[in-house]
Amino acid sequence: MTVGILTVVTFLPAAAALVLLFVPRRQETLLRAGALLVTVATFAVSVPLYLRFDARSADYQFEEYARWMPNLGVGYHVGIDGISLLLVLLTTLITPVALASAWRAIDDRVKEFVVTLLILETGMIGVFVSLDLFLFYVFWEAMLIPMYFIIGVWGGGRRIYAAVKFVLYTMVGSVLMLVAILALYYQHAAAMGTYTFDLPTVVRWVIPPGTGQTLMFLAFALAFAIKVPMFPFHTWLPDAHVEAPTAGSVILAGVLLKMGTYGFLRFCLPLFPDASLAFGPLVFALAIIGIIYGAWVSTVQPDIKKLVAYSSVSHLGFVMLGLFTLTSQGVIGGVLQMVSHGLSTGALFLLVGMIYERRHTRLISEFGGLWAVIPAFSTLFLISVLSSVGLPGLNGFVGEFLILVGAFQVNRTLAAFATSGIIFAAVYLLWMYQRVIFGEVTHAENRTLRDLNAREWALMLPIMVFIVWIGVYPTAFTGKMEATVDALIAQVQSKASVAIDGHGPSRPMVLLR
Amino acid sequence: MIPAPPVNVGALAPTLVILGAAVLVLLLDLFPPREDKTHLAVVSLIGVVGALMIALTRWGRDQRGFRDMVVLDNFALFVDVIICYAVALVILLSMDYLRRAGVQTGEYYALVLFSASGMMLMASANDLIVVFLGLELMSLCLYVLAGLFKQRLDSGEASMKYFLLGAFASSFMLYGIALTYGATGSTSFSRIVGAATGPDRPVIFLVGLALMLVGFGFKISAAPFHMWAPDVYQGAPTSVTTLIATGSKAAAFAALIRLLIGTLRGAQPDWGPLMWGLAVVTMTLGNVVAIAQSNLKRMLAYSSIAHVGYMMVGLVAGGAAGAGAILYYLFAYTFTTVGTFGVLSLCARAGEEAVEVEEYAGLGRRHPLLAGTLTLFLLSLIGIPPLAGFVGKFYLFGAAVQSGFLWLAVIGVLNSAIAAYYYLRVVVYMYMREPDAAGATLSPSFAGGVALAVAAAGIVILGVMPAPFAELAQSAVATLVR
Repeated sequence: MTVGILTVVTFLPAAAALVLLFVPRRQETLLRAGALLVTVATFAVSVPLYLRFDARSADYQFEEYARWMPNLGVGYHVGIDGISLLLVLLTTLITPVALASAWRAIDDRVKEFVVTLLILETGMIGVFVSLDLFLFYVFWEAMLIPMYFIIGVWGGGRRIYAAVKFVLYTMVGSVLMLVAILALYYQHAAAMGTYTFDLPTVVRWVIPPGTGQTLMFLAFALAFAIKVPMFPFHTWLPDAHVEAPTAGSVILAGVLLKMGTYGFLRFCLPLFPDASLAFGPLVFALAIIGIIYGAWVSTVQPDIKKLVAYSSVSHLGFVMLGLFTLTSQGVIGGVLQMVSHGLSTGALFLLVGMIYERRHTRLISEFGGLWAVIPAFSTLFLISVLSSVGLPGLNGFVGEFLILVGAFQVNRTLAAFATSGIIFAAVYLLWMYQRVIFGEVTHAENRTLRDLNAREWALMLPIMVFIVWIGVYPTAFTGKMEATVDALIAQVQSKASVAIDGHGPSRPMVLLR
Repeated sequence: MIPAPPVNVGALAPTLVILGAAVLVLLLDLFPPREDKTHLAVVSLIGVVGALMIALTRWGRDQRGFRDMVVLDNFALFVDVIICYAVALVILLSMDYLRRAGVQTGEYYALVLFSASGMMLMASANDLIVVFLGLELMSLCLYVLAGLFKQRLDSGEASMKYFLLGAFASSFMLYGIALTYGATGSTSFSRIVGAATGPDRPVIFLVGLALMLVGFGFKISAAPFHMWAPDVYQGAPTSVTTLIATGSKAAAFAALIRLLIGTLRGAQPDWGPLMWGLAVVTMTLGNVVAIAQSNLKRMLAYSSIAHVGYMMVGLVAGGAAGAGAILYYLFAYTFTTVGTFGVLSLCARAGEEAVEVEEYAGLGRRHPLLAGTLTLFLLSLIGIPPLAGFVGKFYLFGAAVQSGFLWLAVIGVLNSAIAAYYYLRVVVYMYMREPDAAGATLSPSFAGGVALAVAAAGIVILGVMPAPFAELAQSAVATLVR
């Protein structure tokens, strides 16, 4: 097997982490610079994925396959389609930014930090490129541990509580998914005669509707719903976000949450179409509750970081809504909103981190009148806030608009409720912005704040570029995924109807004893 | 007049090598030097490695001896390899550990080797009498070893408790064997099959089987026969605890697999539901009680009870898949457990062993490499991929799902989520709490370092490239379930 570009993108950070293990821990600058260089290199290697990606094809591209555990039918199978392409790029973009944001903020155990972050990047990219259920699960679980360390070692005051809560919540969901993967594996083998964890192969099989499919769907859905997080599984998120160091929050919001929504799209919908359709109304209901509840709770937060954390619950509600409309616009909007949320919320967390480094507080009441003191910071903060609100011309608008277009086709009432979420977003974000930035300077300490330095400009700039780019010319991104999304929707609908019409294989379920 | 059975020494080759090394150690112990016993450890190690080599060269060539009472098939060889690894690593860990404790005695190594030969005898046993012989040979040595620290009260308590309860369990076992003999007219696995299955099986056989399962349940520390484990694990010298946790379990599981899956699979409707319930109780109790422990050796005792519960899931699943999964899990579990206890045995505080979790606060700062290694072992115990523990669980629960025991697998995986909590608490102390000035520090040991390196390499290799080992495990059980 020749090593392909996806393998390089996936394992370059981990390989570099192994090398950095041998750098003496006193060489902190070397460790930081080395890790940053590697993540930038990873991004550079991943750019050709975008350039050479054939947007007309819905097939997996850049595929690589190698036998791993042939006796079980486990293979090292990676590849990307229009959906995972954007998420891989988002990951490779966000990681160097997060690392750069920690240049000064993390001064304790730098070696451990950069190594952990690099391993985390490999885990995250691995989740998005895996086309084998076993391989996917390996990355999905393995990535938990570095995040646990990032929250637990370099986090804030209640970091241990937050880290353990994060791991246990995710673990409960994902172990049930493991059983579902095994059940799917053996049922597929019983029906089709081949033992394989290969996703493209398993997806071709139409699972007969019934209890088995419902249970497997629920197990997968629970794992993903916790990760997203959907209401009512969201309670780990505010703790994890608030306690994590800035770099951790950026990665959590930017990439980790997307693994949940990506999981729904890649596994739940195509594998369990009937159950997905059956549970669609429940998902809609939870998504709408999440949108409105997240927005309301954000409104009353005294802490900026907590406000941004709860806003994620609201924004991810939009994504879930879009994905389960199963309309072309809704799903494309959902995927675009994943990327947009990663950028805008990532930017907000970065800015909150910068102000925290200066003032060591994040309480809204401690600020006010910052525009006069630090105009550059305030400008970038404004752009990020407006992007998160969904101002036309910036990235947030495109995704939310497409999602609402999709939702209107399915159910007008739903869409009406969801639209209120955008209004509430304007309320909590702009109100927060007003209290922090405008008005008189109320605290003397704020008069001497220094504005952004070169490093902070440098790490914000890439995100700002994409915020405007997606807002002004979204076709550059939606164009890459249209074929994939249309194929996915067609697949879900044809599989569901085949099964419902009774043309599919109708073996008795042997799942339960 | 009973004719003497034909002797086939080849069928006992690895066991005899270990026995020979044990006798040699006893002899050499009579000669100087009196103070330093390193040379005895080296001799023992050579014996174990020799047995390991012989076991590897015998692969694929079944040997039977003593009227089929002893079988050296691939299954026995696989278990022998696990036992050899466990014993070799335990010896490496013991060398400096015993020196620090001031209890360097020659008989320690002899007893370890004798108990190892008992374990290997159990793995090859094809007759209930041989199972019992192996069991007693192993257990009697372990009773003595548990009380090695004669000056320490808890060591004596561990030895006494282990001996009393162990003797009690052995008598259950023996009574079960007697009843089985009464019901079937034989103690040979090959011959009890016919009489033990089918609708007209004698009730007395079921009673005998139940009593034997009590005896086995004690040896593998399955709930509700686990009461001895926490006290013995805590009180016994850490190196002996390691041997009890790994080698003795591997041996007992080997005999159980040969009896239940190899011989009595026709009677699975009889023992299956019982084992289902025991597995659920064992893993749940082990994990839930482990949460409440602050003494690491005690916590690991409960965690090992939980791991036994997982392996019992493999027994319930049955067949080649279940048996192969248990073998793989035993292999992975041996490396992981030896590694975990090995790190503990290297950590000391003010001359005493460091066993309280608080003593590990800030270990990540003081000894990054050691803390990193312990983290690796703990992650494998949780079952985080890509480490050996994950693949082991994957095979076990996969076998359960394959056999239709979906809910058992669900209970199993939820248990492993519970387990994450208490294993990660150790990680929390090592990395996330402020260092305690009087906390545990490393007592450097070259041999111990070698043992940890082997164990760490083992769990990474078994986790990343499981296929060859899983195939070996499958071919090991192939003859068994034919």
